[in-house]
Amino acid sequence: MVFDWSAIPGSLPILWQGMIVTLQITLVGVLVGLLLGTLLALFRLSPNRLLSWLSAAYVTVFRSIPLVMVLFWFHLVLVPLVVGLLFPGKRLELRFIAALTAFSLFEASYYAEIIRAGILSVTKGQFNAGLALGMNRREVMRLVVLPQALRRMVPLLLTQAIILFQDSTLVYVINLDDFFRKAYNIGNTVGTLNEMILFAGAVYLVICTLASGCVRQLHRKFTVLPVK
Amino acid sequence: MYPSLLIPLVAVSASAAHGFYLSPFTFHLSPLTTLAAFDFSVFLRPSPESALNNLSYLLVGLGWSLLLALASWVVAFVVGSVVGVMRTLPGRILPFIGACYVELFRNVPLLVQLFIWFFVIPDMTPILGDWFKQQVPPIWQEFIAGTACLGLFTAARIAEQVRAGIGSLGPGQLGAGLALGLKGRQVYLLVLLPVAYRILIPTLTSEFLNLIKNTAVASTIGYVELAQRSASMAETTSRVYEAFAAGTLLYAVLNLLVMFFARALERFTALPGFLGGRK
Repeated sequence: MVFDWSAIPGSLPILWQGMIVTLQITLVGVLVGLLLGTLLALFRLSPNRLLSWLSAAYVTVFRSIPLVMVLFWFHLVLVPLVVGLLFPGKRLELRFIAALTAFSLFEASYYAEIIRAGILSVTKGQFNAGLALGMNRREVMRLVVLPQALRRMVPLLLTQAIILFQDSTLVYVINLDDFFRKAYNIGNTVGTLNEMILFAGAVYLVICTLASGCVRQLHRKFTVLPVK
Repeated sequence: MYPSLLIPLVAVSASAAHGFYLSPFTFHLSPLTTLAAFDFSVFLRPSPESALNNLSYLLVGLGWSLLLALASWVVAFVVGSVVGVMRTLPGRILPFIGACYVELFRNVPLLVQLFIWFFVIPDMTPILGDWFKQQVPPIWQEFIAGTACLGLFTAARIAEQVRAGIGSLGPGQLGAGLALGLKGRQVYLLVLLPVAYRILIPTLTSEFLNLIKNTAVASTIGYVELAQRSASMAETTSRVYEAFAAGTLLYAVLNLLVMFFARALERFTALPGFLGGRK
């Protein structure tokens, strides 16, 4: 089979627009996911039974459903439901909002587990030492436990961000034009689908390989000796 | 409707690009009334495949999901073990090949890999590809592409687990095996791998759960698994809540069942002397 790459240079501007959508989803997903994930992890570890149970339920639910189903839910049910209540009778373009919410809330459950494991990896002695110094629970968490936990978690959090970057291709199922969907559509119209799929794959491969290489370097730099 | 993408792509190009899409407004959502009138009888009404009712339609979809997951698991387990072992071998070349495999399959999105297996590779393989596109029934085309994709994708993850598992055994087991006069291959097959697998059961379980969830990606090439069937039931019946609630519930139940069996397997094979092993 002969490849015809000629469609690619001309379509780079359109592909770049798609890449911006991909990056926006990734960025929002990481930021909101981290924020909400930290909250969920703290709730999970809090002495309050109800909070702990709610957080566990949230994480379990999101982790047992395929991302494709989550996207369907947000796109077809939840986001239209909320928007329908807030702005009755309007037909708004909801795909992008649905994707952002879905990825943020979905990633939060994954970040929550990473952060919880990170916090639990800090030894109990550290926590008690903080209390012995006269800090209250919240101060110990903020000043002693979280800084240590974060250092240990950073590589895992970044790896999860790379996974999110790849998973954002699944907005395909709600017909949102991210980088891959744009490439697919161009390939379909021009008739060089194979080339566009391979090109998109190569772009993801290069970006993700470079990024995971950086994470590995960072991991070496960030590794702290276990505090006994 | 979902395009089943059975027809050569050029012919359906325009519709295919936008066909895989359900608009939220096709359902005329009036949120509260829809929510209040949760209608269970819809599951007993005839489905898009009119011989079945909607409930059976979803259950058959679940069956296709599970079938794809099991077939992919076989591929993933075999390839993953081989690649994982390669990465622990002495020398340069084999570990390097293993590392490249893992990097390649980990750094390309699953959806892109699936499209490569479904669209690109049959076009690139001269004779076999033509046979595949012309002679193999569509559902099996999707199944084979899905199995190759999910199997090799999951293999990269299993390879990492296997490598870590063998690594966690330390050099003692290898040395002991060699001292007993076993050959390298025998040490792996008789000593290292059996122990490693038993240690790895919890992580392998979570990989299998991931694999089940990942089968939903095959809906993008028209494979009739659960997510795809939930969506198409939502479209034909206009009962979005019911269709997706049922689909989600079925995934959750499958998840629970797998976890239950994995726990049992774990207890049954636990190694004395390891954390979490038999006392």
